[in-house]
Amino acid sequence: MEDVIIVKDLTKRFGHFVAVDNISFNVKKGEIFGFLGANGAGKTTAMRILCGLSRPTSGEAMVGGFDIRHETEKIKKNIGYMSQKFSLYQDLKVWENIKLFAGIYGMKKNEIALKTDILLNELGFEKEKDTLVKDLPLGWKQKLAFSVAIFHNPKIVFLDEPTGGVDPITRRQFWEMIYDASQKGITVFVTTHYMDEAEYCDRVSIMVDGRIEAMNSPKELKREFNAENIDEVFRLLAKKSTRKEI
Amino acid sequence: MLGYLIEKEFKQIKRDFILPKLILLFPFIALILLPYAANFEFKDIRVVVVDNDKSSYSNQVLNKLRANTSININYFEDTYVKAMELIHEDRADMIINIPLGFEKDYIVNKKSNILIAVNTVNGIKGSISAMYAQNIISDFSHEKNFSIQVLNSPKMEIQLLYSFNKTLNYKFFMVPALMVMILTLICGFLPAFNIVGEKEKGNMEQINVSPITKPVFILSKLIPYWIIGAIVISIGFLVAWLFYGITPQGSIFTVYLFSFIFTLAISGFGLVLSNYAQTYQQAVFMMFFFIMILILMSGLYTPFTSMPPWAQTIGSFSPLKYFIDVMRCVYLKGSNIVELLPQLYALLGFVVVVNTWAILSYRKKN
Repeated sequence: MEDVIIVKDLTKRFGHFVAVDNISFNVKKGEIFGFLGANGAGKTTAMRILCGLSRPTSGEAMVGGFDIRHETEKIKKNIGYMSQKFSLYQDLKVWENIKLFAGIYGMKKNEIALKTDILLNELGFEKEKDTLVKDLPLGWKQKLAFSVAIFHNPKIVFLDEPTGGVDPITRRQFWEMIYDASQKGITVFVTTHYMDEAEYCDRVSIMVDGRIEAMNSPKELKREFNAENIDEVFRLLAKKSTRKEI
Repeated sequence: MLGYLIEKEFKQIKRDFILPKLILLFPFIALILLPYAANFEFKDIRVVVVDNDKSSYSNQVLNKLRANTSININYFEDTYVKAMELIHEDRADMIINIPLGFEKDYIVNKKSNILIAVNTVNGIKGSISAMYAQNIISDFSHEKNFSIQVLNSPKMEIQLLYSFNKTLNYKFFMVPALMVMILTLICGFLPAFNIVGEKEKGNMEQINVSPITKPVFILSKLIPYWIIGAIVISIGFLVAWLFYGITPQGSIFTVYLFSFIFTLAISGFGLVLSNYAQTYQQAVFMMFFFIMILILMSGLYTPFTSMPPWAQTIGSFSPLKYFIDVMRCVYLKGSNIVELLPQLYALLGFVVVVNTWAILSYRKKN
């Protein structure tokens, strides 16, 4: 399988503070890659660099075959992104949000209309087509945000703590959607604080103080650290942190 | 891509509870209400007359003054000193002193003089009262075809008002300038607040990871407000015509051309602020801060030329100043583009400077 994300010696400094400290990893096509770490470990910063939102201080990375330094615009065409903060337009209707973002990614009008109906059908949202997004429950909003992020069929989708504040049932449904996306060949790059979710990933990396301290499949990690679950692995590693929570 | 974004902006504006109503109400309120608030016409100017000549000519002058509705001749005194006492006691606003030999001077020299003394504790009222009286007397002298020299009248800088607004109606002066305010608020403030709002809500992040380029994004914010601005200013022209019968003496095309250039300048200014403001609160405060200065220094309420030179220097950095100039000149004097070239260049200068700044500061934040 080809690597869709290749990161080599990536570093990001803010003044004297090293947010991301020389990290390297590869992610394969269609993989669900869990990016774990405590608050302030540097996950979001690393992810923002990969999305072209921020420039690295040093190091290299290729995302979807494009260089993060010089080809950010090409990267942006090929990725989807869902931030921790809900970022669809609350004062637009469900279908209007879909149409807007699909339009932004250059999809054709009739293709959008067709795909919108299929999507709403899959989500069981037919009745909510004309609902303003602000009137949807949080879990629904998150599902919609994810669907919009992958609507234009990107190579990679970046999810930044997508299930924060969502109930367990909806979280489970959310992960089913992630699996579906991965089945279709979309690479999923996800950060989370829920360790049970980490178990669903094909591979996880655990960041501590800007460095990747461990990276493997959940099964291998548990064996390596002789732990019952990923939660335990995470606690073992997070103890090493000397950085204050920010 | 731009089409989708503009469609979205219009939907959002339309769905907003307050915005559409306020945008439509704004030109009416601004143009119907505000000219009265900023009304510098003075009624009931109390005059004390010292007629030393008591001749047929002096009487004709007084009759002219009596005919003016703003001027009330309340007292006659024998001496200037007694008249001055009335001013001190605040029972009169103005002394009109006709010297002995007023009529004789006319017959012999074709030349005479009248002294006007005004209480200028309220400077604006003082100058305007004096100007009323001066106007009446000069009318009289034209009729009689001789010259009366008016002495001691305060120095005034009211050429525009005086020469091209014969009825001295302050509304004629204010209405064109208030249209500038309307454009400033709609095309300068609204898109800037809108951008900061998206930043604060987190929508901006989603836009930043999408393939939308910065110019497209900014245009998608500006174009809807340009369109709204054009509609609102047109409503403004209509209101001015319907309520006050004010129409531009010059070409309406000139007005629209300058409106467009001014809009480019003021939206660029809004963009610069939106790039620096991280929150709505900051944006609102910055806007207030600058707009107070821009408006008060622009000559909207007070004549620009009456400000001290250093203040005029500061004021000349306000694009509002130039556009207000243009609007008054086109509306009252009927100036054409050639006469307004200095203002045109100044405004174009603003367009280039602020928009370059907007683009540079936008990059820096990324």
